Amino acid sequence: MANIEHPIKKVMIICAKASIEDVYAALVMANGAVMEGIEAKVFFTFFGLDAITKKQMKKLHTATVGNPGLRMPGGLPFPTLLGMLPGVEAGVSAMMKSQMEKLDIPPVDEFLELITAGGGEIFACKLAVEMFGLKKEDFSEHVKDIITIGQFYELAAGEGTQIIFT
Amino acid sequence: MAEKVYAGKTVSVTDDGYMSDPNQWSKEIAVEIANEEGLSLTDKHFEVIEFIREKTVKGEALTIRSIGKSGIIDTKGFYELFPGAPLKKATRIAGIAKPSSCV
Repeated sequence: MANIEHPIKKVMIICAKASIEDVYAALVMANGAVMEGIEAKVFFTFFGLDAITKKQMKKLHTATVGNPGLRMPGGLPFPTLLGMLPGVEAGVSAMMKSQMEKLDIPPVDEFLELITAGGGEIFACKLAVEMFGLKKEDFSEHVKDIITIGQFYELAAGEGTQIIFT
Repeated sequence: MAEKVYAGKTVSVTDDGYMSDPNQWSKEIAVEIANEEGLSLTDKHFEVIEFIREKTVKGEALTIRSIGKSGIIDTKGFYELFPGAPLKKATRIAGIAKPSSCV
């Protein structure tokens, strides 16, 4: 039974990687919070910025090399040498995306729209934005602002906040 | 399993307050459950509720995304109609089971 005396009121979710699984973990958690009436803010940094840049957000991949959890259809381990071949990573990633579509998990841009429609907010990390030479106009319209880590902590203020690093 | 009286009718409800038999539902009951949620229902609410009930009867998965694509309302409008936790509130008012979807 839920602890009604100390509910989670706000989640601050940080996504620092660009793989499908890292980005979707952050998005599912953020959207799930919004669905429950919990305030949600997502902070994308480093390679996680790919998920919110117009140029990259539709091209996210999952790693087919160095990913011990990846298996062939049927359950055999996915051979690293196979994962190195051109096109294999794109194929595996496309397969993952089609599996997600079947579960009504939307593509990244639509997911951001769902989250923001529910009042969630999306931010880009200023330091990483400068490091990658990106500009405000490179980002999805759903990105509210480019902020510093100090501003991130200011936004986190309040009782019942949780900071989650995916 | 508990019982509760809504609109003069006794219905069975779960511990979370969701009706366990959708067939016992009526619009009058919906109005009273909505009152508990602090909502007064408009025609738009009922359009969404009918959509949710139809989808559930067909055994289709219910997600906020599917409601946003229903043509009745967009996602933002859905959050505005049922503020806070829209899917939980809407399903409770619609007299169906608590949603089990993660998206």
